[in-house]
Amino acid sequence: MTLIGPVLLALLIIAPAYLSTMQSHQLRRIAVIDQTGIFGDTIINTSLLNNQKLNNKKITPEEVFQHRLTDSKYIHFDFLPINSSIDSVKNIFESTGYYALLFIPKNLLNSRTIQIFSNKEISLNIKMYLSKFFEKDIEKEKLIEKKIDPNIIKSIQTSINIESVKWTPKGEEKNTNSEIAMVLGAFAGILIYMFVFMYSSQVMRGVIEEKTSRIVEIIVSSVKPLQLMMGKIIGIALVGLTQFLLWVILTFGIVTAVQSSSSTFSLKTQTNEQVQSLMTEVNSNQIQPTADKENPKINELVQSVYHTSFSIDWTVMILSFLFFFLMGYLLYASMFAAVGSAVDNETDTQQFILPLTIPLLLSLIMIQSFLNFPDSSLSFWFSIIPFTSPVAMMVRIPFGVPYWQLAISMALMIITIFIVMWLSGKIYRTGILMYGKKASYRDLLKWLRYKK
Amino acid sequence: MEKIITIANLTKSYEHHKALDNVSFDIQQGSIFGLLGPNGAGKTTLIRLLNQIIFPDSGTITFKGRLIKPNDVLQFGYLPEERGLYKKMKVGEQAIYLAQLKGLSRNDAIQKLKRWFDKFDIGNWWNRKVEELSKGMQQKIQFIVTVLHKPELLIFDEPFSGFDPINTNLLKKEILHLHEQGSTIIFSTHNMESVEEICQDIVLINKAKNILQGSVCDVKSLYKTNTFSVNFEGELNQAIIAEKGKELWKIILHKTKNNQTETKLQLLKEIKSNNSLLKQLLPIGNVTTFQELLPTMNDVFINAVKQKEHE
Repeated sequence: MTLIGPVLLALLIIAPAYLSTMQSHQLRRIAVIDQTGIFGDTIINTSLLNNQKLNNKKITPEEVFQHRLTDSKYIHFDFLPINSSIDSVKNIFESTGYYALLFIPKNLLNSRTIQIFSNKEISLNIKMYLSKFFEKDIEKEKLIEKKIDPNIIKSIQTSINIESVKWTPKGEEKNTNSEIAMVLGAFAGILIYMFVFMYSSQVMRGVIEEKTSRIVEIIVSSVKPLQLMMGKIIGIALVGLTQFLLWVILTFGIVTAVQSSSSTFSLKTQTNEQVQSLMTEVNSNQIQPTADKENPKINELVQSVYHTSFSIDWTVMILSFLFFFLMGYLLYASMFAAVGSAVDNETDTQQFILPLTIPLLLSLIMIQSFLNFPDSSLSFWFSIIPFTSPVAMMVRIPFGVPYWQLAISMALMIITIFIVMWLSGKIYRTGILMYGKKASYRDLLKWLRYKK
Repeated sequence: MEKIITIANLTKSYEHHKALDNVSFDIQQGSIFGLLGPNGAGKTTLIRLLNQIIFPDSGTITFKGRLIKPNDVLQFGYLPEERGLYKKMKVGEQAIYLAQLKGLSRNDAIQKLKRWFDKFDIGNWWNRKVEELSKGMQQKIQFIVTVLHKPELLIFDEPFSGFDPINTNLLKKEILHLHEQGSTIIFSTHNMESVEEICQDIVLINKAKNILQGSVCDVKSLYKTNTFSVNFEGELNQAIIAEKGKELWKIILHKTKNNQTETKLQLLKEIKSNNSLLKQLLPIGNVTTFQELLPTMNDVFINAVKQKEHE
């Protein structure tokens, strides 16, 4: 699982990208009945046409004419005779192999509706391509009608970028990007939740297995129950850390390796293509759709990520993550161990697990509000109280947390862990030898009072 | 003979159930000791107390003359009634781990284990997972792990339950062998035949109390019914035999076949010794068999428990 995990994760990232490139390569042929007559052939190269008469060279129609409604990378438009009827196509549609029939009515400007017929569902991509094309095209026509040069419109489009700079206590200025911080925070919070839950459950399952297989009797005839409980918790903590490190390294490695080795699958290129295919601007005078406008935006994003990386204190981030991961795990693992010792099988654990996981769940759900208001008193308290602090504090850290808050949170965490472990140990000690009876909360309380 | 374990006034209750009530007895060093009792009598509790898995409400356990200490468990070997092994762990690894728990070094453990595995001819199980083995196989592994560190005191809780005669025999042989080497062995069981064969002393626990203790011989004598099995040569009339022992015995059984007379006689009054009874029998005919029928441990068990319940 340790090795398969990163492979799966990397696959999850790469596969959708790869699969969608595959999909978009499927060429679709759409038949067009254009009653307006303007979206069909237009002459693009009159000089070539004239020269043909002089040079007697054979010219292909594609060199001279082009449809105003241009083909895209994956759509090819086949113009049918203007007077064709929809029904005639409908009757033979299956045999034609067309993806769809596009019907442009004569009163296009009034009705502002174009119909597309098919025996399948038309994909959203294609619809958007078509609507974008026609909108842009007609807008351009109207501009020309009003004697405005469409190129002027292009030249006045501006995109403004908001650059945020953060003042650090040292008096430096760092470029920040709160979106990045949010993503990082949310990611860290979710990761902590997942790992704490996952490994604590492993502890619980181990305790139950030892109890039902009676091996606990043998082990406890050689060591003290508390030693067994602690050994298990620490052992699984080490497994967790190793697994986690391996995951990070392997996932990173695989994704980078795949990215560099094949540009087709490169995420950046893929994003570009997707953006292009959705927001293609079609200019009737050009064959290539322009999408340069999209590229700057993406480049800006990459730049800001790069810059922002310097504004986040990575040492604090990583150290805090390790601390809260370990501490959160120790806290919940000892509680889960106590629960495991009180039951005979996993189904009986439900009644105990639910109240225990509520703080953790709550902090997970609240991630949104921690992200939006990292300095509110709500976020403050959630990141101080030991049961919710692992998640809450990790979400807040990318935004910067005062050291004294961090210190209080950590200190409280450590004290609570000692208390909880001591209590859990008492329950564990008695629970592992109780068979058959389903323990209730009152029983657990009684066990707390058993003296050695 | 020294006492290796002294149980003194041991009491233990769980919630509303008293598992042991003021139980006291001794175990001689080097003996094979039977811890007997019906289900739910308190045997398992006693064993857990010995192993310091749980602790008594009152009373003491003495080991070799002084109060038992936590480290003493390293001198004990405990074979529980139910298989106690990690199912998904490999046999070899697990055996080494359990041996180390008892204080053996890793190398020491591996050496000793290999020897035992060869002795039991199970060397090729070393790398198999425990769950792949049958119950009898797991039992063997568990047995080896229990005795590996040559403990002074061995505690076996129902070691033969559910095993075929071959495995049972193998285990019995090994237990006797360990006994010869000086270990003290505590047997908890209600398989009375094995008690008969192996145990020297017993204690019988019922309903949390000690209701019977002593050596097997003494205990049997306590419950003897003064019944004898006597066979004569020739086919003798029942009346003749009855006549000869009018006041002394009554005939419980009389059979004649193949020129043999089989009888079972129950004495009606005390006799000085078995020899004096034999003297009375000799005039009747040629005695071919003369044997006192002592109660089986099974009988002792049932009678003792019944007796206490009527008190």
